Amino acid sequence: MDAGSERDAVVALMIDYVHLIDEDRLEDWVELFTDDCTYKILSRENVDAGYPLELLSCHNKGMLRDRVVSLREANLYNLHTDKHVLGMVRTHQESDGVWTAQANFSVYQSTLDGETDLFAVGTYRDRIVFNNGQPLFAEKIVVNDTFAVARMLSTPI
Amino acid sequence: MPTAMSLEWPTDDFSRIPFAAYLDEDIYVEEQERIFRGPVWSYLALEAEIPNTGDFITTYVGDTPVLVNRQRDGKVSAFVNRCMHRGSMLKRECRGNATMHQCLYHQWAYDLTGQLRAVPFAKGHMGRGGLPPDFDMKSVKLTSMRVDSYQGVLFGTFSDETESLVDYLGANVRAELDRVFNRPISLLGYQRQRILGNWKLYNDNVRDPNHGALLHMFHATFGLYRPTQRGGVKMDDRHRHNISYSMMGTSDDDADAEAFAGTQKVFDKGFRLEDPSMLQYDKEYPDDVSLTILSIFPNMVMQQITNSLCTRQIQTRGPGELELYWTYFGYEDDDEKMTQHRLNQANLVGPGGLISMEDGEAVEMVHRAVKREQDEHGIVEIGGKGEIADHDYLVTEIPIRGFWSYYYELMGIETEQAA
Repeated sequence: MDAGSERDAVVALMIDYVHLIDEDRLEDWVELFTDDCTYKILSRENVDAGYPLELLSCHNKGMLRDRVVSLREANLYNLHTDKHVLGMVRTHQESDGVWTAQANFSVYQSTLDGETDLFAVGTYRDRIVFNNGQPLFAEKIVVNDTFAVARMLSTPI
Repeated sequence: MPTAMSLEWPTDDFSRIPFAAYLDEDIYVEEQERIFRGPVWSYLALEAEIPNTGDFITTYVGDTPVLVNRQRDGKVSAFVNRCMHRGSMLKRECRGNATMHQCLYHQWAYDLTGQLRAVPFAKGHMGRGGLPPDFDMKSVKLTSMRVDSYQGVLFGTFSDETESLVDYLGANVRAELDRVFNRPISLLGYQRQRILGNWKLYNDNVRDPNHGALLHMFHATFGLYRPTQRGGVKMDDRHRHNISYSMMGTSDDDADAEAFAGTQKVFDKGFRLEDPSMLQYDKEYPDDVSLTILSIFPNMVMQQITNSLCTRQIQTRGPGELELYWTYFGYEDDDEKMTQHRLNQANLVGPGGLISMEDGEAVEMVHRAVKREQDEHGIVEIGGKGEIADHDYLVTEIPIRGFWSYYYELMGIETEQAA
């Protein structure tokens, strides 16, 4: 695959990521990650102060699946729909089939009564690897500027 | 104008709570005076957050902005975070290090004891303007709190009447702080959660072991906490603080299944996590307690949920909003593996916590539903009525009555009614 096609595939992966969350297809969303992926939502406050604590972290695909199962079966959260707005993606090819990508995002949450609030603004800092021509997230780091989390952090950002 | 005193408290054991106490704006203002400015010790921070001279953090006591710093002599002081000149906020940053605190508005500068040290153009220009000759700079000090610390946990009070911190905490709470703060800690970071509900609803929530396995199904499902486990509640003599504790691995599956029968939320013994690493408890205290929720009146919670340790500070933002400020820590002698384990277990709690995310929603659901029911009362009878005392079972909400008994006292209700 040439670099241009790989780049298109990287951007398409980032677009799929937000749409699968917004469509509540979290079981499919998990499939965008490698088996040994890292997924973290970080508070900008901790990033700036140099503290390691995450708002949410998964260290493999199994943990991502556990999150989804827990949301579906155990957790009782504020019922809402998510809408992500993804900014332009900045990409960088590290080596053949290995990319880093960065994009800003905002997430709006709407209640069952149709009221919408801005839930989070931040930046994705991703590492993407190609596996049999298929791009997957090896690392998805969400740096959340809205670290005073309104209500709760239930569905992924 | 309603006051806490004018509300109807129909039972003398606090088994009925008037909803107006959670919603009324005037009562909220009264609470700021009588409670947060009153004879209580409010949690400020951990000493480990400000180890060096000049280190500071900014926080809130109730809704009063407070600046906490370490002085040159090593002592910690706390001030209202406002300049004495025109009232501007002195420090805007959440944390940092400073040799002095200089207001941005007119550059009045205070030292780390809160003493005014410099005013630009104090003598004016060419003999004109500036401060009058009789202005006494030494008499200008930041409004300070009395600060004391127990096992590295910093508390402050605005009132001269407040008893000593050691007495305020009482033996049970001190023992719990001795247990967890048994050696130097190491900070892991912060989380914040904004909840659109009254600050007392959160205090109720943390004094209610009964809800743990009912609202938080993750808990029950994976056996971290179940109502049939060995555990109980311990309070101070005045019942204002509480320690709920339980021991994992002691639950009775059949009794749990029987008790949950008839409800729609039947927990499923069949669930297994693909990665159960976050459920593991590496026992690190001499006892078998795997879960502790310590609540200290009026604004502090400390948790031990297996190996996840943190304090939670309750900051008020008006009658209908609170911010929880979570400070996570481990120990200085933790190895890398233990640090990673604690970070992994932080997934259980906080705003995105698998076992705690529901608390925010529960508080908001109550707050929204009772808005036009202010003359009505909530029921607090789980665990028993009458006397408020420690007990060794978990199907209880008795510590909520303890909280309200002290609230009632601070708000002057008893005294006024007696008069």
